[in-house]
Amino acid sequence: MASLNPVNYGTPRRSSDTQITLEIDGQSVTVPQGTSVMRAAIESGIEVPKLCASDMLEPFGSCRLCLVEIEGRKGYPASCTTEVSEGMQVATQTDKLNQIRRGVVELYLSDHPGESLTPEGHGDDELLELADRLDVTEVRYNKGRNHQLATVDGSNPYFDFDASRCIVCSRCVRACNEVQGTFALTVDGRGFASMISAGTDDDNFLSSECVSCGACIQACPTEALIEKDVVEMGMPERSVTTTCAYCGVGCSFNAELKGDEVVRMVPAKQGKANQGHSCVKGRFAWGYTNHPDRITKPMVRDKITDPWREVSWDEAIAFSVDKINGIREQYGSGALGAITSSRCTNEETFLVQKLARAVFNTNNVDTCARVCHSPTGYGLNSTFGTSAGTQDFVSVEKCDVILVIGANPTDAHPVFGSQMKRRLRQGARLIVCDPRAIDLVRSPHVQADYHLQLRPGTNVALVNSMAHTILSEGLENRVFVEERCDMDEYDGWREFILRDENSPENTEQYTGVPASMVREAARLYATGGNGAIYYGLGVTEHSQGSTMVMGMANIAMATGNIGRPGMGVNPLRGQNNVQGSCDMGSFPHELPGYRHVSDQNVRDIFEKEWGVTIGSEPGLRIPNMIDAATAGTFKGLYVQGEDILQSDPNIKHIAAGLAAMECVIIQDIFLNETASYAHVFLPGSTFLEKDGTFTNAERRINRVRKIQTAPAGYADWEITQLLAQALGYPMNYSHPSEIMDEIARTTPTFKGVSFDKIDALGSVQWPCNDDNPEGTPVMHVDTFVRGKGKFMLTPFVPTEERANRKFPLLLTTGRILSQYNVGAQTRRTANRLWHAEDWLEVHPSDAEMRGIKDGTLVAVASRMGETTLRAKVSERMTPGVVYTTFHFPETAANVVTTEFSDWATECPEYKVTAVEVRPCNTMSEWQRRYIDTREKQQQIESEQSVRDPDSVAAGFDAGDKEWEPAE
Amino acid sequence: MENDKMVRQANQIAQYFSVYPQARAEEGVHGHIRKFWEPRIRTQLIEYVAAGGNGLHELVHTAVDSLRDEPSSGGESGDPAAQQEIGRRAT
Repeated sequence: MASLNPVNYGTPRRSSDTQITLEIDGQSVTVPQGTSVMRAAIESGIEVPKLCASDMLEPFGSCRLCLVEIEGRKGYPASCTTEVSEGMQVATQTDKLNQIRRGVVELYLSDHPGESLTPEGHGDDELLELADRLDVTEVRYNKGRNHQLATVDGSNPYFDFDASRCIVCSRCVRACNEVQGTFALTVDGRGFASMISAGTDDDNFLSSECVSCGACIQACPTEALIEKDVVEMGMPERSVTTTCAYCGVGCSFNAELKGDEVVRMVPAKQGKANQGHSCVKGRFAWGYTNHPDRITKPMVRDKITDPWREVSWDEAIAFSVDKINGIREQYGSGALGAITSSRCTNEETFLVQKLARAVFNTNNVDTCARVCHSPTGYGLNSTFGTSAGTQDFVSVEKCDVILVIGANPTDAHPVFGSQMKRRLRQGARLIVCDPRAIDLVRSPHVQADYHLQLRPGTNVALVNSMAHTILSEGLENRVFVEERCDMDEYDGWREFILRDENSPENTEQYTGVPASMVREAARLYATGGNGAIYYGLGVTEHSQGSTMVMGMANIAMATGNIGRPGMGVNPLRGQNNVQGSCDMGSFPHELPGYRHVSDQNVRDIFEKEWGVTIGSEPGLRIPNMIDAATAGTFKGLYVQGEDILQSDPNIKHIAAGLAAMECVIIQDIFLNETASYAHVFLPGSTFLEKDGTFTNAERRINRVRKIQTAPAGYADWEITQLLAQALGYPMNYSHPSEIMDEIARTTPTFKGVSFDKIDALGSVQWPCNDDNPEGTPVMHVDTFVRGKGKFMLTPFVPTEERANRKFPLLLTTGRILSQYNVGAQTRRTANRLWHAEDWLEVHPSDAEMRGIKDGTLVAVASRMGETTLRAKVSERMTPGVVYTTFHFPETAANVVTTEFSDWATECPEYKVTAVEVRPCNTMSEWQRRYIDTREKQQQIESEQSVRDPDSVAAGFDAGDKEWEPAE
Repeated sequence: MENDKMVRQANQIAQYFSVYPQARAEEGVHGHIRKFWEPRIRTQLIEYVAAGGNGLHELVHTAVDSLRDEPSSGGESGDPAAQQEIGRRAT
């Protein structure tokens, strides 16, 4: 059990309305029906020896160590597989039982090295610990045939598999199956030849289907599977619970330390979002926090063509203040703005928007949600009354029908993807709407009932046709609608949806999805029991992103699939704190808590709290800031933890806008791409270097706890505060908890939130207020936040971005499991072994027509620009559609994406770009210029390049000094 | 913002609301632009309409009629003197 001081109850918790009372070792114990004798004993403080049992896994009954005696029963039943019954009398400690257990342990030790891989005690080896406890001091058996010379599989960059320590208890295999749901491991062979095997005979762990989630290591009782860092550094000594800094699942981790150094990150079993599970990013890819590319001193320069000059904090802040004041005096506050980050804490984000509003005196503040989930805010607010997912993650356990639209949970939200797959294996039905055959469409023990493989850009036509089917076939939940929704709006929507234009037979021409399949899928969603929608950026990043969010909300209301566990409309947020950064007033039209700046009552609250006057007009969005900069009316930008040059569309335009500004202040952990155009660089902090909170996709506010000090000395909130103070504003927090107290004072949905409460409860889901003092797992239970649910009309308006003779293919973009967004973090870890460059997935027929083979270097050209990357011929795509990730700046997928955006929020239309693809043999001219420019503009005075020159020359540099590009 | 881009975005808003009855569509377009567009962009739109408003959806023209009559309510005007005054109050 790879974790410090875990309490392993042996079998999972059971819930039941019926309680069972039994007697264990003379002690009366009461537990829910269905509980194992083992769990009942351990919950009562009675230890039961075990090796094959884990409370993360279903009981298996193979190790023969947890045997007990039960009054009236013959033999020695395994306590893990024996359920409690009323009046049962159990003995766990008898001479006979101990004799049997000692014998079993001795047999195990006869084919085991006998000592831990770590220098400290028994390390993670439960067998050695058990031998000690049972007083097994010698092994009587001669060394016969054994596995002690087995080769260690060290292929995985993060962990080893040492078969000489393996007792073939199957915990790893079951963890891979039951927890992760990948089914990559198996017990190969029989009898003595039994061995744990990853993949086929020719595979090792790295080449197998293993996704390196760490569940097997977590499960292993003998150090056969163990983290390389533990072998190298020894066992950790203490742990601090914190929250992962990657995706919107927001997993809780125990950072396990030796001294002040992190040895490993172990998923916290008490974590309510992840329930003890993890993915390769959160579990292993945290090494970037100590990467040599970290910038450790503030830097300034007068011109972006100058080399960076390292300066003191005082000089950097004074330099920034001079620039900001100069711009404000010359051009007014409207020429200033700020961008908050979903990778920073709630408290830090709150401070940045406060800096913009209270100190810069502008509502020109925006956040990276602009380019991902801003349509979620608009759509859910319009229909339900608030901008948030409706359910907690555990709600999926009550789903009967899961509708996944434009999301790829197993890659982008892997821990929740595993929870979803578990429910699917239990029998829930699945509908996938995606142009690409994502893993959920067909993977081990999971197969979608329907894969609606629609053409990019036709989501709204599809959801309208599903709604049409529901209404025309009388499948709506009329009782729910009449009780919970605005009937005038419903009547208007009904009339609209029932128009012929929205029938599946008519929309098929746009979507490419057969009408009969749409009708069958819609029937299943409407009548299959609890129906839940999970969606991602494949919904939002369209010119009709907001319309589609409203379309999904409409069918959820029409079918009554809202307000109870197992239902709802659930955005899978891209970054760990997208929800939080939006909650904190990061949008230019909203103050914290999604309240419009034009509302005098709301402004009064903040004006009183902050002692300033707040503007009542909406500020500039990120694309507006760039446009205004090129127009000469926007001059200064403070960016915390965001890399708009890589992540935002139409890179050339972003670069031109940044270059037109007089002062760009970047606060980040690495010299990111945007920093090429910056005048001030303020070195920030990672999630391990600060206190605060993140809010995940289920509105769960989790604590982030400081484990080490940032190399440059300050957490991000402290840097913002330094800037505010130097600008003359009295910002004097001594701890982020004081910032949360201010959020609670000013924001009704956070009224009951405090660090003390989160520490006491583990986490809390907003709204947390007088009515819901411990938070709200499921929203809109009795009434919608806005009162009556509002059906919104959803006209399908085809995007202007169309395939044509010159650009006949449609490009769509997404993420891959091992890399994360712009890759600044994961590219600086061993995750590059799985994905060292962006690939273009092309359907075999499109590839053949163009002479493209697997691995061919191809040019992808749109009307906006051209870039070069390698092709991967894949039947995941439908003909006419190509796909790429955007993790590597050198690929610069966004050089080809367009300026088209969502009508309501200006969220870019990343998911539809008309392109042509052709074989080529070199990087594009733009890529060469870009890399050259970056090299010059990121130069630090009197230092060598921050990037490895060989990899820069090869065109595949990613700011990492350790890993070679893929062949 | 380039005029072409502004026109396209305004027309997108109009296309969405055009599915509603006329009065609500007009209110929708006006309300959306008023609620989400920064004053500089609203001013640009008003000036564009004053110059002929080529290519704009009819609903946008109607919305601009209303916008023209509404002064911005301050705080974001871009007027240096006004901003400095606010700045002084802040400090």
